[in-house]
Amino acid sequence: MNSPAGFQAAKPVLAIEGLTVSFDGFKAVNDLNLYVDRNEVHVVIGPNGAGKTTVLDLICGKTRATAGSIDFDGRELTKMREFDIVRAGVGRKFQNPSIYENLTVFENLEMSYPAGRKVFGALFFKRTQEVIERVEQVAQEIMLGDHLHRQADLLSHGQKQWLEIGMLLMQDPQLLMLDEPVAGMSVSERVATADLLNRISQGRSVLVIEHDMEFVKSIAHRVTVLHQGKVLAEGSMEAVQSNPKVIEVYLGH
Amino acid sequence: MNNTLDKLLGGKQGAIGLALLAALILVVFPLALDAFRLNMVGKYLTYAFVAVGLVLCWGYGGILSLGQGIFFGLGGYCMAMFLKLEASDPESTKIQSTPGIPDFMDWNQITELPLFWEPFHSLSFTLIAVIVVPVLLALVIGIAMFKRRVGDVYFSIVTQAIALILTVLIIGQQGLTGGVNGITDLRTLKGWDIRSDEAKLILYFISAALLIGCILIARFIIASKLGRLLLAMRDKEERVRFSGYDVASFKIFVFCVGAAFAGIGGAMFTLQVGFMSPSFVGIVPSIEMVIFAAVGGRLSLLGAVYGALLVNFGKTYFSESFPELWLYLMGGLFIVVVMYFPNGLAGLWDSHGKRWLARLRRKPQAVATPAPVVVASSKRPTPELETTP
Repeated sequence: MNSPAGFQAAKPVLAIEGLTVSFDGFKAVNDLNLYVDRNEVHVVIGPNGAGKTTVLDLICGKTRATAGSIDFDGRELTKMREFDIVRAGVGRKFQNPSIYENLTVFENLEMSYPAGRKVFGALFFKRTQEVIERVEQVAQEIMLGDHLHRQADLLSHGQKQWLEIGMLLMQDPQLLMLDEPVAGMSVSERVATADLLNRISQGRSVLVIEHDMEFVKSIAHRVTVLHQGKVLAEGSMEAVQSNPKVIEVYLGH
Repeated sequence: MNNTLDKLLGGKQGAIGLALLAALILVVFPLALDAFRLNMVGKYLTYAFVAVGLVLCWGYGGILSLGQGIFFGLGGYCMAMFLKLEASDPESTKIQSTPGIPDFMDWNQITELPLFWEPFHSLSFTLIAVIVVPVLLALVIGIAMFKRRVGDVYFSIVTQAIALILTVLIIGQQGLTGGVNGITDLRTLKGWDIRSDEAKLILYFISAALLIGCILIARFIIASKLGRLLLAMRDKEERVRFSGYDVASFKIFVFCVGAAFAGIGGAMFTLQVGFMSPSFVGIVPSIEMVIFAAVGGRLSLLGAVYGALLVNFGKTYFSESFPELWLYLMGGLFIVVVMYFPNGLAGLWDSHGKRWLARLRRKPQAVATPAPVVVASSKRPTPELETTP
């Protein structure tokens, strides 16, 4: 996978090096190195408390690193403000579906349209034909094309998860980060979500945290196992699953 | 229909609600009330400016400011300074040891007009200052608080502390501000006697028109994407932040708009009542203003106006009969509204009033009133709740 086909092509879109965050002396993430390549679906697994969600928090700026660097496409994220990180092209989905429940599907998606993001822009934002087309296109993609005018809290749990993914797609991010996207989903919804991820990972990188091994197998190009804030193993799903260290701390349970 | 116009009027229902309110304050009150009572209503309406601003800040933005009296007071003081300077011309103050400066300065052995009073000789500067001074302070408070993510209760407490500090400052600097008595004995505006009944009537109409203007501006904000963002931020602040929005800038904006409305209200108060004092700046008036918005319905701009009118009518009536009980009654009213009617009168109107109106409409023969809408408005002056556009 890491073919030496020239420096440019091999350069990862996200390079995390020496990343450490300490909460009152407890190192939730400890000297972590993690790379996400272009057009790659990279899955992070690990036991509870391994620091998976904290890594996403660090990338999107919700938590500030104690040491280390996060390089995204040549920009240092550890020093940037949250909304600047989003505008640079990083989208993040939270563990619990985080949508605007009083608004319709259409309005939810429209809120993430990357225009009218400043005070006066928002004040004079107009719902142009371009906006409508983009919303409809994304709604189609996330299988909610027929529910555009439904209020979001009437959607099923799985549909809410898709809606939040759709809100990220509206911004057309280069890096999409998903925290347990299939938690609480039915089997058929999981299959549909795997298809969705395989579709939307064309032309962008996706970093996923997930526990469901079947789901991981169906989407992952590369898997990283985190344990106590450090990388325990990395590679293809098969390689990781047969790694004795991984079996001991995680899969063996 | 024109899109902007539609936004301003808030659709057909919004337009009817606004028309009823306009009819009430522009036609019914001036015809039905004597000069004294109408002046009192005018005073109540100046509080409604603050309540409308609170609907934006608190109802939509989730920012509960317990210090709106600060901005009301600043607007009021700016206007009072201008009027006081006009009332203190050398001719009418010739018995003072330093003629030409406000009387309270003379009593405090000040012999020269302080520098920050100088620009208030100009009416145009004063009119700008009425809005700009409160907005600048709101901007400073907003940047200091919201950029650091101070929110919720902490923000409320800080605003309350600032209201208290400002009161102490005004009272302490008696020579510069008139102290605890405030700035009194205001007479004319560019030679026009504001104490006459005719002037008070004109000022009442100006105040009512400005209030309707503020409601239209607020409606435009609520109907825009910014309004939806405010609601979204109130419920899911993280999601908005991680969708690429600078959450703090939106909070600062809406807080500044609330301050501007309050400043206009304060200036109109000074003009109609004829004085300004620290008792309209501090904690108690600030909390009262929140109660007006809560009673009217914190998500309803029109409800806020009715809330301000009703609570103040109640205050005038009860404090004449039971002066000691009034504060307890007001506190109790606030608790009851927050606990049982979180959307205030507007919420009640939405849940009960509309059903009642629909029943009236269904059997129009049985009810021999010409226009059930008007009956509804006078019996129960509550507008429809302006939910998300």
